[in-house]
Amino acid sequence: MKGTKRSSRIALFVVLTILAVLFLSPIVIVFMNSFKSKLYISSEPFVLPNADTFTGSENYVSGIQKTRFFRAFGYSVFITVFSVLGIAVVTSMLAWYVTRVKSKFTSFIYYLLVFSMIVPFQMVMFSMSKMANMLHLDNPVGIIVLYIGFGCGMSSFMFSGFIKSIPLALEEAAMIDGAGPVRTFFQVVFPMLKPTAITVSILNAMWVWNDYLLPYLTIGNDYKTIPVAIQYLRGGYGSVDMGAMMAMLVLAMIPIIAFYFSAQRFIIKGVAAGAVKG
Amino acid sequence: MQKALKRYFALFALPGLICFCLAFFIPMIMGIILSFCKFSNLTNAKFVGLSNYAKMFVDGNFGHAFGFTVLFTIVSMLTINVIAFALALLLTRGVKGTNVFRTIFFMPNLIGGIVLGWIWQVILNGILMKSGVTLVSDAKYGFWGLVILMNWQNVGYMMVIYIAGIQNISSDLIEAAQIDGAGKWVMLRHVIIPSVMPSITICTFLTLTNGFKLFDQNLALTAGDPGKKSEMLALNIYNTFYGRNGFEGVGQAKAVLFTVIVAVIALTQLRITRNREVES
Repeated sequence: MKGTKRSSRIALFVVLTILAVLFLSPIVIVFMNSFKSKLYISSEPFVLPNADTFTGSENYVSGIQKTRFFRAFGYSVFITVFSVLGIAVVTSMLAWYVTRVKSKFTSFIYYLLVFSMIVPFQMVMFSMSKMANMLHLDNPVGIIVLYIGFGCGMSSFMFSGFIKSIPLALEEAAMIDGAGPVRTFFQVVFPMLKPTAITVSILNAMWVWNDYLLPYLTIGNDYKTIPVAIQYLRGGYGSVDMGAMMAMLVLAMIPIIAFYFSAQRFIIKGVAAGAVKG
Repeated sequence: MQKALKRYFALFALPGLICFCLAFFIPMIMGIILSFCKFSNLTNAKFVGLSNYAKMFVDGNFGHAFGFTVLFTIVSMLTINVIAFALALLLTRGVKGTNVFRTIFFMPNLIGGIVLGWIWQVILNGILMKSGVTLVSDAKYGFWGLVILMNWQNVGYMMVIYIAGIQNISSDLIEAAQIDGAGKWVMLRHVIIPSVMPSITICTFLTLTNGFKLFDQNLALTAGDPGKKSEMLALNIYNTFYGRNGFEGVGQAKAVLFTVIVAVIALTQLRITRNREVES
């Protein structure tokens, strides 16, 4: 009995290891090809670079020049950081107001926010990007306003779910002690919202960092974020420089993977927590 | 407290509501109105009644994209959820290195759709080359390529949700079933699956809506080739808007229909699986 249990554990471990290798292999293959001359990438993508095909950092140099990668990286970091901070602060306040003030207006707002979560982007894509253009929101600062607006739905839904579980007595006690709504929110409510704020921030950071269509349509000509810069390598016509492409894919993945390994526990917990509330 | 807070509407609610109106609410209302108009920007719209809606299916591509999207959504929803659930079962048995495996399986989820599409374009073309074809030789390669890509991206995410669900099952329930002599299969069907029904609801909801709305991966992997035969709904709408002059209104009408379909699917699915939760 004990023997079979042990051997089945080993079998399970082996199966999981094979799966893990399969899961990692696409990333390894891209990394490997980023050092090969572009002529060999499509003809033999699964072979390690050798003396004939190895090009050193050539792909990286040409890719960085073609996509202006470091500029794109800067825009991506700026937009992601400030959108995520903005969403966390603005929507937690909105969610508190909507949850605590009971009226027909606030419940209408609440359902509208929930509804916005399922509406596909194509529905608002055209009118939103033209409007952003007319209102001069088509720059890295203006796009943050748009991200806060789009992030509102899911984020205030999650904040509101948590706020409902906080006993009202705490807030009322603070108010009786003479704290106004501003102090009550920032000194009593917001500290309790912290775990939800972390979850919301992680989910939004993943979305904003990887988003393509919104930045492409609004600021894509003048300010390319990383996904826009990568798709731009495809160009209008003609073939793609696969060497530069591989190098840029590696550079695009490095910050994500670094972020993942430094905040892995929060990310996985955040996803599980977000799902329970969603 | 309500009264005190109400006076602070401008501080607490207004910033969020302004952003929400600018990014979503006003554009959505405009979108609905524009779907009955002919226009090329926001200032030259002319009312044309239902003619945009009548033109939607004329070129046949929209119907094809619809079928492709429905089939893709069903296939990817089933495969992702079955694989994710199986992995979650394997990873809740206390095997050595569980955390490392979980970390690895989740990782592809953080990579964005455009990057994912290009990664898989190289790999799949490399494999297909051995039989002398490419991803865009036939729409079926694009279809299965997208299915593989979506599995790679989403299995880890759904697995994390299933693991949380399985870990929430009370050990009393499992012990009671074991004492009653439940075998592995009975345990799975009558104890584990009913207990993780909330996770199944969430995961089917997420995979359904993600699959239906898929855009970035579709654009980067095949861009709809060959000849729009691997084009999904979101990309078809995008191409109608920006690919053909004078068809902006038709694109908007398609987008309205698309929104209605997604909303109906999401609500029906939630209702069906939520009912199951109550029964079990």
